[in-house]
Amino acid sequence: MTTATHDHDHAHDDHHDHHPTGLARWVTATNHKDIGTLYMWFAFIMFISGGVLALCIRLELFSPGLQFFRPELFNQFTTLHGLIMVFGAIMPAFTGLANWQIPLMIGAPDMAFARMNNWSFWLLPPAALLLMISFVVPGGAAAAGWTLYAPLSTQMGMGMDLTIFAIHIMGISSIMGAINIVTTILNMRAPGMTMMKMPMFVWTSLITAYLLIAVMPVLAGAVTMVLTDRHFGTNFFNAAGGGDPVLYQHIFWFFGHPEVYIMALPAFGIVSQVIPTFARKPLFGYHSMVYATSSIAILSFMVWAHHMYSVGMPVTAQLFFMYATTLIAVPTGVKVFNWIATMWKGEMSFETPMLFAIGFVCLFTLGGLSGVVLSIAAVDIQLHDTYYVVAHFHYVLVAGALFSLFAAVYYWLPKWTGYMYDEKMGKFHFWWSMIWFNVTFFPMHFLGLAGMPRRIPDYATQFTEFNTIASIGAAMFGFGQLILLYNVIRTIRGGVGPAPQKPWEGAHTLEWEVPSPAPFHTWETPPPVALVDKLSAEQKLH
Amino acid sequence: MKNRASGLIASLLLAVSHPAFADYKLNLQTPVNDLAREVYGLHTFLLVICTVIFVVVFGVMFYSIFKHRKSRGHKAANFHESTTVEIIWTIIPVLILVAMAWPATKVIIAQKDTRGVDMTIKVTGYQWKWGYDYLDEGFAFHSRLKTPQEQYENFGGEKPVRNADYLLEVDNPVVVPVGKRVRVLLTANDVIHSWWVPAFSVKQDAIPGFIRDTWFQADKEGVYRGQCVELCGKDHGFMPIVVHVVSQEKYAAWVVEQKKLAAASQDDPNKVWTQADSVARGQKVYEANCAVCHKPDGKGQGAFPALDGSKVVTGDKAGQIDILLNGKNAMPAWGKTLSDTEIAAVMTYTRNSWGNKTGEVLQPVDIKTARK
Repeated sequence: MTTATHDHDHAHDDHHDHHPTGLARWVTATNHKDIGTLYMWFAFIMFISGGVLALCIRLELFSPGLQFFRPELFNQFTTLHGLIMVFGAIMPAFTGLANWQIPLMIGAPDMAFARMNNWSFWLLPPAALLLMISFVVPGGAAAAGWTLYAPLSTQMGMGMDLTIFAIHIMGISSIMGAINIVTTILNMRAPGMTMMKMPMFVWTSLITAYLLIAVMPVLAGAVTMVLTDRHFGTNFFNAAGGGDPVLYQHIFWFFGHPEVYIMALPAFGIVSQVIPTFARKPLFGYHSMVYATSSIAILSFMVWAHHMYSVGMPVTAQLFFMYATTLIAVPTGVKVFNWIATMWKGEMSFETPMLFAIGFVCLFTLGGLSGVVLSIAAVDIQLHDTYYVVAHFHYVLVAGALFSLFAAVYYWLPKWTGYMYDEKMGKFHFWWSMIWFNVTFFPMHFLGLAGMPRRIPDYATQFTEFNTIASIGAAMFGFGQLILLYNVIRTIRGGVGPAPQKPWEGAHTLEWEVPSPAPFHTWETPPPVALVDKLSAEQKLH
Repeated sequence: MKNRASGLIASLLLAVSHPAFADYKLNLQTPVNDLAREVYGLHTFLLVICTVIFVVVFGVMFYSIFKHRKSRGHKAANFHESTTVEIIWTIIPVLILVAMAWPATKVIIAQKDTRGVDMTIKVTGYQWKWGYDYLDEGFAFHSRLKTPQEQYENFGGEKPVRNADYLLEVDNPVVVPVGKRVRVLLTANDVIHSWWVPAFSVKQDAIPGFIRDTWFQADKEGVYRGQCVELCGKDHGFMPIVVHVVSQEKYAAWVVEQKKLAAASQDDPNKVWTQADSVARGQKVYEANCAVCHKPDGKGQGAFPALDGSKVVTGDKAGQIDILLNGKNAMPAWGKTLSDTEIAAVMTYTRNSWGNKTGEVLQPVDIKTARK
């Protein structure tokens, strides 16, 4: 009798594997792995689109004078570059990773709301399309900077309306994705996996999801107020009607600062998986990592006005936001020290994911230190809205978020595809990105200090040298990303050979307990408690 | 090329904190007052601390990377936590931050203290020029980019010889006396702008509908240049700030001259203009305000329509007056910033220039009537 039931179950399982094929498989996808893959490819296409815009910006700034683009088009490029990279590339890439990895890492069969998961992905392409077609509508795309400050944003043509709708749609998508992540993590962990035994990537995804739920509605509110100011005669941000332009900035940055951590916390999580694996040593200070991540998330709600030191706040506000901002350096420092302590006396090897993780730690810290300089309001008065700020946030977002994504892709690619990637090419991709990233962005610190404002299409001649260097670096960095594309496609098609179930000997998390490539359905029966306990013990979690 | 190489080497040495390197454009501009010197010193202090932290922390990391590697046969230790160490590396950063925030607090309080000033200038941001009102003296003027368009519009691949102060020069600079504490009141006409002179370490957003204030003092005579630093639309990159700091005597002479100019340019609103006079006056107004978008030859560009042959310009006067006074889409409402005389003159000019030959002469009184 028992055997019969068992057989029946198996037949049932097999039936599940008969998912639609071809285009229908992707359009109707409810499987977390398929949706994760969709997210990752979408993010990559957006990364390339945003990158092309960045190269157009650097092309115009290669030498003084306007050679290629009129200023109004240049402003559209900077605006859309920012929006596409933040909302189209970095955020969806992390959601894609969370989709692929969280169920595998906590021993769940899928995400909690599989159909909502489909919807939250498929909202993104229309939103991206709205952004893209805004370039060809009368008046062109939004040109008020990614921050869309009013009242400049109330002046724009219909490209701004398309952008506002795109932000609404992407916001809804993010909120649904976040609800899915929270529910999955809180309810679907394997027996025996308590909260304090979850892998760090799961922890940071959980905290990020809470941040998203808290702040995406705030952004939606801000852009909706711009929309009604534009078309329905409200005066939220129009002083002539009793509004206040600075109110927009307060609302925007109340979203915008937590948003910075939405793009940074999952990166911390990835690095906290990769470094212990390749140091063959448990993560140092797991508990303090969890507390540090939570502290950063909470503090991120109290520092927004450090983006607004030059609007003319009273001295007490200036001081409060400075003190609160510097405090964030403490938990962030704890994380960096913990990563280094994890490496200390380890048994390190330097495969591509490890290289990108180390590159992340180095350059993210550099971006963090320039952040400390900027946090000091007295000095920020000189640096606000200059290229110093551009350098700072590209250190934390490109060398930070993007490098961690590269680390994640190389780290989990064998599990996703079932094949090993070309290690040599991976390492080449790392060194190429590392060098040209710094050639591009390090000189921008000097440009900002010397007085070059950001978001200008042409500059005084004393800024020529560093701009030329940055433009060359950007072109090299940009085209170098095709190495990643080639390596990934090659891996999907067989790579350098089949991947073992656990290609990294130092890895101790649940995703390495399923075959490579991960089958369409995994953990339909939760992993046994003994296995969860064994892995937790290996990671020294208790 | 040599300059570039030396710049790079200097940057690699991280020797950016020394004031002597200001000429290599690696550091903040040379400060010319106490406040800017304090900010400069504070930045140097922060830079040194951050560099030391970076070198120490990553020194440890790279030591570990070289020593504790598998290829050298190092075996992994098994420690994974130490409350003592973690408390230490929480407390030390807190102490460092306190050491940074303490001197910064004093500078911020000084930055925000606008009491005890000697004179007040009101600065207004426009798309895309600055307006300066000398409130104590009772005159005002606009300040626009002086670099000719052909020096920065090189779409045809031209390689023009550029002025020494390319993009950082204006027709009417701000003039202030040396060593005086100047209060700056800021507002804007349209969108948010931001007024920045790096050598004085003064930066303040100009917000439409609101007045903000800040102050500066220049302790050395000379010419100081800055730019608008808040994205304000198309020509955000083309609205520089130039401040001439002069002796008290020169300043007094300049004020007298400005007052005379202001009196001379007062137009009689009831004057009846001849076509030639009106066209000549209108051309000046056009070049100062309209040519940047509609182009000197009236052919327009991109989203900005051509005026040469335009139905609005050659058609009924009322339509053109309405657009000039009240604006339309990207066209600003000039009624707020130009006088009746100027609007009448620029209309006469556009209706009788290039291919437009209406032969009409607009009078200030026409505009005055339309405003009602």
